[in-house]
Amino acid sequence: MGRLFSALGSRLVIAVPYLWLFVFFLVPFFIVLKISLSQTAVAIPPYLPVFGLDEGFAGLVRNLRELSFENYLWLLGDPLYLNAYLSSLWIAAVSTILTLLIGYPIAHGMARAPLALRPVLLMLVILPFWTSFLIRVYAWIGILKPEGLLNQLLLFLGVIDQPLVIINTTTAIYIGIVYSYLPFMVLPLYATLEKMDYTLIEAAQDLGCTPIAAFWKITLPLSLPGVVAGSMLVFIPAVGEFVIPDLLGGSGTLMIGKTLWSEFFSNRDWPVSSAVAVILLLILVAPIVYFQRAQARARERA
Amino acid sequence: MQSLGSTRRSFAPWADPDAKPYIRFENVTKRFGDFIAVDDLSLTIYEREFFALLGASGCGKTTLLRMLAGFEHPTSGRVLLDGQDLRGVPPYRRPVNMMFQSYALFPHMDVASNIAFGLKQDGMQKGEIAERVAQMLKLVQLEPFAKRRPHQLSGGQRQRVALARSLAKRPKVLLLDEPLGALDKKLREETQFELMDLQHELGLTFIVVTHDQEEAMTMADRIAVMEKGRVMQVATPAEIYEAPASRFVAGFVGSINMFEGVLVKADGGAAEIRDRSGAPLLVGEAPAAAPGGTVWLAVRPEKMRVTRERPPEAANVLEGEIWDIAYLGDMTVYNVKLDDGRIIKASMMNSQRRLEDALTWHDRAWISFPADAGVLLTS
Repeated sequence: MGRLFSALGSRLVIAVPYLWLFVFFLVPFFIVLKISLSQTAVAIPPYLPVFGLDEGFAGLVRNLRELSFENYLWLLGDPLYLNAYLSSLWIAAVSTILTLLIGYPIAHGMARAPLALRPVLLMLVILPFWTSFLIRVYAWIGILKPEGLLNQLLLFLGVIDQPLVIINTTTAIYIGIVYSYLPFMVLPLYATLEKMDYTLIEAAQDLGCTPIAAFWKITLPLSLPGVVAGSMLVFIPAVGEFVIPDLLGGSGTLMIGKTLWSEFFSNRDWPVSSAVAVILLLILVAPIVYFQRAQARARERA
Repeated sequence: MQSLGSTRRSFAPWADPDAKPYIRFENVTKRFGDFIAVDDLSLTIYEREFFALLGASGCGKTTLLRMLAGFEHPTSGRVLLDGQDLRGVPPYRRPVNMMFQSYALFPHMDVASNIAFGLKQDGMQKGEIAERVAQMLKLVQLEPFAKRRPHQLSGGQRQRVALARSLAKRPKVLLLDEPLGALDKKLREETQFELMDLQHELGLTFIVVTHDQEEAMTMADRIAVMEKGRVMQVATPAEIYEAPASRFVAGFVGSINMFEGVLVKADGGAAEIRDRSGAPLLVGEAPAAAPGGTVWLAVRPEKMRVTRERPPEAANVLEGEIWDIAYLGDMTVYNVKLDDGRIIKASMMNSQRRLEDALTWHDRAWISFPADAGVLLTS
């Protein structure tokens, strides 16, 4: 009897995360998928058909027949959406590379810092999370605007004589994304670099490597799992980023998150914006799967 | 005592005043903050020598090795290799290679790439590299494992890869940091002899750091016994064992019985001391101390005999009770408790399979040793 309960108990424990994923991921996904196959309508909710059980099974079948891929065809037909997707991928990719270039030296420095100092440095990386993301992005407006802190400083130093136009450009988006996602790059990189055995570097130098050669041949290849993890953690959310392009990028920038928002809130076209979201998800499935594989491989090797 | 030279291949450049030193530590001190790892140490090592740095952990032996490799720099003093001051020479430009205690094999490369690593750094031709790698794999008997990654190898195999990698560049000096520490006892013993053969074959200078006195005794031409950043004695294994310079060295290498006493009489080639219990002990060697001074007589267990009857002609005899017996197969170690409470350790070879009337626990017994069995120490 006790054994039966414990077997049941362990199944229940496993069931909790599955239930969580089912309720909060799978069900919402199918709702969005269904809406993306519906038609826009002036109604509440603003699409047709609305599934209900009041008409019974026959009604359900009739409603299913009404679903179509029309919204997807519409998306493919309008270059606006394609450009928004490509532009998002491009901005996310460039941001990821910039974050990697800035984050790697930071993580490397942290991993080689004296042992007593490392928790402090780690704290400093995490510290920005204590302030709301939205407030931090707003703060960048204050820094980057023509009469902002950065321009005032540069004018004061005499580096420039005209304020730089940074806000409402793609540059501002890059600055915002790199700033906001830097911890997601630094933390996994730090984790792999900190684990690395420093005697490997000594061995490489002993065998004739200069410190720089030892970095390229030993440190970098061994930190690749961290590079992949950090890059994915930056790239995946950056593709769908909405707040940063909306606040810092102005109206001229094209990113899919903004497109989705305006379809949803300005046009009240729920079906099209759902289709945008579903395609975005499909685009991101490839890197996510790659990321999962890389993680599994890293775990196997450890 | 004169014949305690090198036990192997009559190789003794240290005894030759004209021999050119190969590696020299000159008054080297190394501080880490307040901690003095190496304390005003001077040491000379000769070409083709198998040299062991022996000491407990924290005695500075690894720091010494790392200074030679270029990973640590002396706070003061000089390190010379073949007459060249190594100050300012980075690790990657030193003609020495090191075998690390953890082996430090590159986990993302297979065995062959690990061995080829140093050769590629030197810009060696591809064909030549392949040839050398094959040669090294053969040397350490790992030919079938060339394509394996380090994590697919056993501890002993990894040790061999590390050895092959550090030998591949044919360094002038090979530094080995506890090279056999991670191996089990049997494999360790086999590998000791392999390392000796290898060193002899390649004609290289080996400097090995170890805390294992047996390992040092087996392999080295000379041993430097270290403590607290200082060298206590540099000598051949036989000298270290049979003629230790101090109580520390005597106690560190092997087991020993120490009799503290006062020098009563010293004339010519003999001396007499009176130990704590008042018993006279005869020593066949003239000490450096003056009569009246405190001296220590150190006698190895195997130089003593344990008998039921008092041996009539022995120079030194002590009576006691058998307190403990450790039967080790090849020999038996007796702990004999003297009447004043001191425990003396004596070992006897078991040269016969069966012994009539063998000594057993709580038997009264006599310990005896000749006058030349012990070493008289003054420090």
